[in-house]
Amino acid sequence: MKIGVFVCHCGTNISATVDVEEAAAAIGKLQNVKLSVTYRYMCSAPGQELIKKAVREESLDRIVIASCSPALHEKTFRKCAEEAGINPYLIEIANIREHCSWVHKEKKEATRKAIELVKIAVAKVARNKPLKKTYVPIEKKVLIIGGGISGVQSAIDISFAKYPAVIVEREPSIGGKMAQFDKTFPTLDCAACILTPKMVTVSQNKYVTIHTYSEIESVTGHVGDFTVKIRKKARSVDLDKCTGCGACFAKCPVKVDSEFDMRLGKRKAIYVPFPQAVPNVPVIDREHCLWFQKQTCGACKKICPFGAINYEMPDEIIEEKFGAIIVATGFTQFDHSVYGEYGYGKYKDVITGLHFERMANSSGPTGGRIIRPSDGKEAQDVVFIQCVGSRDEQKGVPYCSRVCCMYTAKHALLLKEHNKDAQAYVFYIDIRAAGKNYEEFVKKVQDEYGAIYLRGRVSRIFEKKGKLIVRGADTLSGSQIEIKADLVVLATGLIAQGDAVELAQMLHIPYDQNKLFTEAHPKLAPAETITSGIFLTGACQSPKDIPDTVATASAASVKALGLLIQGELEREPLIAKVNTDLCSGCKACVIACPFRAIEMKEIEDKKLKRKRNAAQVIEGVCTGCGNCTAVCRMAAIDLEGFSDKQIMGEIEAL
Amino acid sequence: MKVFISQETIRSRLQDVLEKECGQKVRQCYQCGKCSAGCPISFEMDYLPNQIIRMIQLGMEKKVLSSRTIWLCASCQVCTARCPREIDIAEIMDFLRRRAYKKQILPKGEIGIPLFNKIFLKNIESFGRLYEMGLIAMFNLLSGKFFKDFSIAPKMFLKQKIGILPPKVKNKNEVKKIFKKSGF
Amino acid sequence: MRYAYYPGCSLHSTAKEYDLSAKEVARSLGIELMEIPDWICCGATPAHITMNLLSIALPVKNLLKAKSMGSYEVVACCAACFNRLKVANAFMETRDEDRRKVEDIVGEPYRGEVKVRHFLDVLANQFGLKNLKEKVARQLTGLKVACYYGCLLTRPKDITGFDDLEEPHLMDDMMKAIGVEPVNWPYKTECCGASFSLSRTDIVLRLSRDILQMASDEGAQAIVVACPLCQSNLDLRQGMVNKKYNTNFNIPILYFTQVLGLALGIEAKKLGFEKHIVSPLSLLKECSRRLNVGYIPTKREP
Repeated sequence: MKIGVFVCHCGTNISATVDVEEAAAAIGKLQNVKLSVTYRYMCSAPGQELIKKAVREESLDRIVIASCSPALHEKTFRKCAEEAGINPYLIEIANIREHCSWVHKEKKEATRKAIELVKIAVAKVARNKPLKKTYVPIEKKVLIIGGGISGVQSAIDISFAKYPAVIVEREPSIGGKMAQFDKTFPTLDCAACILTPKMVTVSQNKYVTIHTYSEIESVTGHVGDFTVKIRKKARSVDLDKCTGCGACFAKCPVKVDSEFDMRLGKRKAIYVPFPQAVPNVPVIDREHCLWFQKQTCGACKKICPFGAINYEMPDEIIEEKFGAIIVATGFTQFDHSVYGEYGYGKYKDVITGLHFERMANSSGPTGGRIIRPSDGKEAQDVVFIQCVGSRDEQKGVPYCSRVCCMYTAKHALLLKEHNKDAQAYVFYIDIRAAGKNYEEFVKKVQDEYGAIYLRGRVSRIFEKKGKLIVRGADTLSGSQIEIKADLVVLATGLIAQGDAVELAQMLHIPYDQNKLFTEAHPKLAPAETITSGIFLTGACQSPKDIPDTVATASAASVKALGLLIQGELEREPLIAKVNTDLCSGCKACVIACPFRAIEMKEIEDKKLKRKRNAAQVIEGVCTGCGNCTAVCRMAAIDLEGFSDKQIMGEIEAL
Repeated sequence: MKVFISQETIRSRLQDVLEKECGQKVRQCYQCGKCSAGCPISFEMDYLPNQIIRMIQLGMEKKVLSSRTIWLCASCQVCTARCPREIDIAEIMDFLRRRAYKKQILPKGEIGIPLFNKIFLKNIESFGRLYEMGLIAMFNLLSGKFFKDFSIAPKMFLKQKIGILPPKVKNKNEVKKIFKKSGF
Repeated sequence: MRYAYYPGCSLHSTAKEYDLSAKEVARSLGIELMEIPDWICCGATPAHITMNLLSIALPVKNLLKAKSMGSYEVVACCAACFNRLKVANAFMETRDEDRRKVEDIVGEPYRGEVKVRHFLDVLANQFGLKNLKEKVARQLTGLKVACYYGCLLTRPKDITGFDDLEEPHLMDDMMKAIGVEPVNWPYKTECCGASFSLSRTDIVLRLSRDILQMASDEGAQAIVVACPLCQSNLDLRQGMVNKKYNTNFNIPILYFTQVLGLALGIEAKKLGFEKHIVSPLSLLKECSRRLNVGYIPTKREP
């Protein structure tokens, strides 16, 4: 065995505290160490040349680099070793910077420690085995969970690269929350006008399959090979036969509060949520339909000219394989009924941002009139309260929901446009208008649309003689303020969907204390999760506006496509491996594995001449965390590159 | 209101003292104003509750302790109940009043309230329970409003709502001891 | 049901009728209220404004006296006393270092073992509204009241804890159970000015005016309270409110125990109605006359 040791000065980062020459000399005296030298910057091109030259001239077969943390340059040095002709897994890195020179001050002691650290690395590398990278095949199909603007954008991007995408959306139509908006800030584009072309694009694209009124039932597998069960809930209307003529819902006698219109208007029991729905096929709400509840009526079936109504339609479960998953499940509004001081949600004229959007929308339940839901009169004095539920540790969520300042300004503008005699009062704590043209937009609303901005929260709202009495404050002038309003619009925060935790657990992705899905790195990897193959986009990761949502949708698509075009996924071989001779089949490792990377497989035991179950590691999923090695009582499972023998060697070298 | 705040004032760490002695994290207040919005006595105060907290954050101890606001606080606890950062503002007001007493800083033009409190406590110290007649008489005397509430006094008297004689507490010494040991 | 009873200073003087009616109600329902012997003032608001340790020591002394009676549950009628006793308990249960100082002042160890309840809580929750309903012996139909809870009964939530913070309803539920109609009004927990009655009467007048106006606007004929200070501010000072603001309120301010006492069939003269400044007698007579059932005797009738 001929081990070469290369000690890096790292400029003065290491050499200022550790006497690298002394260390190299001491290491050079060890058994099996053929060569021990230093260099100023080992990771640089000349540094790597030095290594390659030494390998050639001294016929080295293993390498130890004493330098900075392997987190920085392990890949660099492995590549260097490979180029020099040595198996890339026959190198070890001793961290004498972060673990030594950067945390100690006394030179003699630091040098002694550095020598010990390199000694350990030498002992380990002596027991390293040459390993080969593994490859897993990738299913060339992407699953997109959620059909809002982020899911739709992802589908467009993926299909543009001519790869198939499947959107699973739980509402009867794609479009998400954006379909409910009236106009979008700061351009005041009509939301439906900019969204529906995208919706139509995906629906007509041959690479995109859309399953609406469907939910994810289960997800198993790993990156490149996810097996997903999708429950297509029973629509009761045949998607192929229906032409969207609308005869059925025109005839339906049952009226139900429309969820799309925030219960300000009605829909039928058989309904299409909004006119531009994709697919333009109605769904029967079985909980309110007379046929399903009382076995009467049946008008829709009778009148359908295409025989598309099918009361017996069951839920259908389909199973598909995917290479990557994009999570685009979006947000829901904070429920303000926890605020006793605002009426516990009982006051009809205290509404949320989405209610206002539906009222302002000309195809909405009020025909575009901003009215009081209690008596239908036009609203003149409207109070907008920002930060309801947001920035509130006591009753809500601690974070800022990012978009409310902007959409409140937009609402103040729309109010004035719909009702020129109206007056908007906005209670705010801060104005967060950081996007492009956002600050200018807010200023325009304050200057040209006469909105009165009052800095302070509102302490209480109560009803008196048909008006809402709003008690707030303006801290800038040091006053208490009371306003008699017709309508109060609460800018409720954006929070995670109610079943976000269940979905996260199904997908095995982490989530934080606010139930928002956690990204792999908050700064450098906002569109991926730590689980390989699963990517995030949109508000399910953190509240964001439409431009940011579309940006992350494209980012996630690129990441997913990056996987798909490779055909095969390269995986590090530093994973667990089972010695089936020793494995007793107790399944402790299966339970201990946080990534579900171990499964039981039947093997032929030649000695006992029968079949038995033994553990087997799924190479594509295992991350090499080592949990299994800790629980295995038979020492049957071990980590490649961190085997028990290697670790013992390190300990013995000290 | 013209004020100049020096750098020393801002760095004087009054909020740390407060945090240590009554456990309220004043630095967390982001001046949302919900306390001031709901305070029933705001209309009479010289500084709103949120302004008092702000001045504490900026170390303006003298201004805070000599304000009328801290005495006009009715301890109704609405501010505490609604603060989104879970700061107990009523407790902070208590702390400021006690500190003002200790430092003998009295508000200009609002001396009635600190006076009333002291008279009330002296009354209990002497009699063990509240002797209303004694309280009213002493307060009217010391605040210079001799004939205040004179119109309702006879009615109260006739309906036996207040008695001429002080209440009967046997162990008055016990009470005196408690007051003495508390440092009154 | 037996409890140690802490009346507090007001119930022996300005709120005598609260004490009388509470005792009558307790007697009628078979609840035993044993007055703590030689109790002392709890310190109320002036104590906690002036000295922290004193304001805890005074209530603790009373709780210790209850303990020495052998009772571990104290009932208070006065909202301020109730609040102070509960605050003292919370203090002694949680603040280790300060607790020792208080124990030193009162001369005995105490860890919050004596529990404190408000009489409203006892009647509504422990005795039970359903049971109260069964004991109703006199109809007060047609009586519309505004239930006024005030500050110290409901706040802070983690101290008082027995009713909703923003929209308390126990008194309203009790009124409904005994056949009285509570109006829905938004000032249930608005401050009346509390202890400023003597020192800043003008503030009390303004706040009381707002409360009386709101109750009157919502159609209430009387306001039902559970706190002696609220009662005195709204009742005693009602004449002054009328004079200052040119209003003509004539709204009796009744303790919930008085209304409950009437409903339970107790004679009116035992419930202290004559002690009110704004007399409720004509209102109550009107209610019973409307039904032609039962009557409410006044002091003058033989």
